[in-house]
Amino acid sequence: MKEFALIFRTSTDNSFRPTPAQMQEMLTSWTNWMGGIAAKDKLLDKGSRMGISGSKTIAPGNVITDGPYTEIKEFINGVMYIRAEDIDEAVELAKGCPMLQGGGKVEIRPLVTPDNIS
Amino acid sequence: MIQELYRKEYGRMVTVLCSRFGIAYIDEAEDIVSDTFLSAAETWGMNGVPSNPVAWLYAVARNNALNYLRHDKVFQQRVKKDLIKDGERTIEMDIDLSDQNITDSQLRMLFAICHPSIPVEAQLSLALRVLCGFTIDEIAQALLTSKGNINKRLFRAKDKLRAEEMEIAFPGENELSARLDTVLLCLYLLFNEGYYSASPDKVLRRDFCLEAMRLTLLLTGHPPTARPSAYALLSLMCFQASRFDARVGEGGELVLYEDQDTSRWDHELIDRGSYFFVQASGRGEVSKYHLEAAIAWWHSHPADEKEKWENILRLYNQLLILEYSPMAALNRAYAFFRVYGKEKAIAETEELKQLSGNLFYHSLLGELYTGVDDKKARQHFEQALNLAGSPAEKDVLEKKLRGN
Repeated sequence: MKEFALIFRTSTDNSFRPTPAQMQEMLTSWTNWMGGIAAKDKLLDKGSRMGISGSKTIAPGNVITDGPYTEIKEFINGVMYIRAEDIDEAVELAKGCPMLQGGGKVEIRPLVTPDNIS
Repeated sequence: MIQELYRKEYGRMVTVLCSRFGIAYIDEAEDIVSDTFLSAAETWGMNGVPSNPVAWLYAVARNNALNYLRHDKVFQQRVKKDLIKDGERTIEMDIDLSDQNITDSQLRMLFAICHPSIPVEAQLSLALRVLCGFTIDEIAQALLTSKGNINKRLFRAKDKLRAEEMEIAFPGENELSARLDTVLLCLYLLFNEGYYSASPDKVLRRDFCLEAMRLTLLLTGHPPTARPSAYALLSLMCFQASRFDARVGEGGELVLYEDQDTSRWDHELIDRGSYFFVQASGRGEVSKYHLEAAIAWWHSHPADEKEKWENILRLYNQLLILEYSPMAALNRAYAFFRVYGKEKAIAETEELKQLSGNLFYHSLLGELYTGVDDKKARQHFEQALNLAGSPAEKDVLEKKLRGN
């Protein structure tokens, strides 16, 4: 069994103002998706969601800018860790991520462990 | 009469003596108490039962213990020295059998028994024997194993206690949290043994549950251990125990939750459960017992079906994210069916490949496929029937197969 990080990436969309019902639905689909992975005993660590407002980035030379580090208007807003036989299974597990419905992306990266140095 | 007293007092007396002498003398403490009950049986038979049997037992146990102290060489050499170090006069050393000391001793003993270095199975047997006063026969019967097995577990566990020179004491402040987790897990399992055991002895199973509740209640009565997780566990036990009568039919067969007569639920216990749940909440801690108690709350209160199952599914999701267990995965799949219907639930459940070969996995799939694909339903019920151990389980599955 290998270990993978799922990195959630999204882009800023200030016009998106979900209704309470939509927010409830987002919450439900997230817990259902994570619960489904956990029910297969494939959840390694639920990781963390990361905020945007109030974040800062430091670059060499003590250059501090407001906000998360972004590339082409895209930033990381969370990470979680799963177990899977191989990258294909990890991709299958990640396919249900609600992030994808909102236009975000999920990046799947193998964890570097003593048994898996790739 | 003696049997009831034995159940109630054996553990208390052993625990108090053991607390006084040290865990190394657990066998001696058990011998002294057994001798005490033996002389009760003889003397009461001849002279009639004394007006205060408990006081009689305590007085005789105290005398037996002091005799032991005077005459036993090991005690003379080792224990006496220790006691003198404590600045006590050995021969007149008192054995404190006050309620307060009994309670304190039981709590300290609970922590000594539930030590991370002792396997969980052995913790259970030891707690049942020493703290709850169940006989080896009873323990073997309820845990569906042989007397020899229980004796072996007890022997090894006691050896471990002696080898580690475990102290019968509360763990220190910085250790308490982790040690309490081990204690709570042992009590949780103790309760489940009583609640889910396939043993036909209903009275015995109920006694297991009550003992687990009594010990958890002791924890909540002691400020350092009255943590939210302890209250949450107690709350869970109350909600579950409220259905104890309703879940077993006249002939001892299991009555599924959906078919239970809610008027047979114990509403006083449900109220107690709610009270303890409030005590468990609001301090920012969410343990698995909180989540399980919340699930049990939804099962114990009338509610809109949709709202209820959505909440139960959410709680099972949270429970699994916190800690995987096969039962939680299966219960989540069932809740998923109640919220999203059979087709979607089948897809979710078929994904739980690690549970293939699990009795409840196949009976759930049988249930889900019924009316969707009856051939598959039948296959799964048959697989489940092959895995079923108890007549009660077989009975339920055979009914399903006939009705299919």
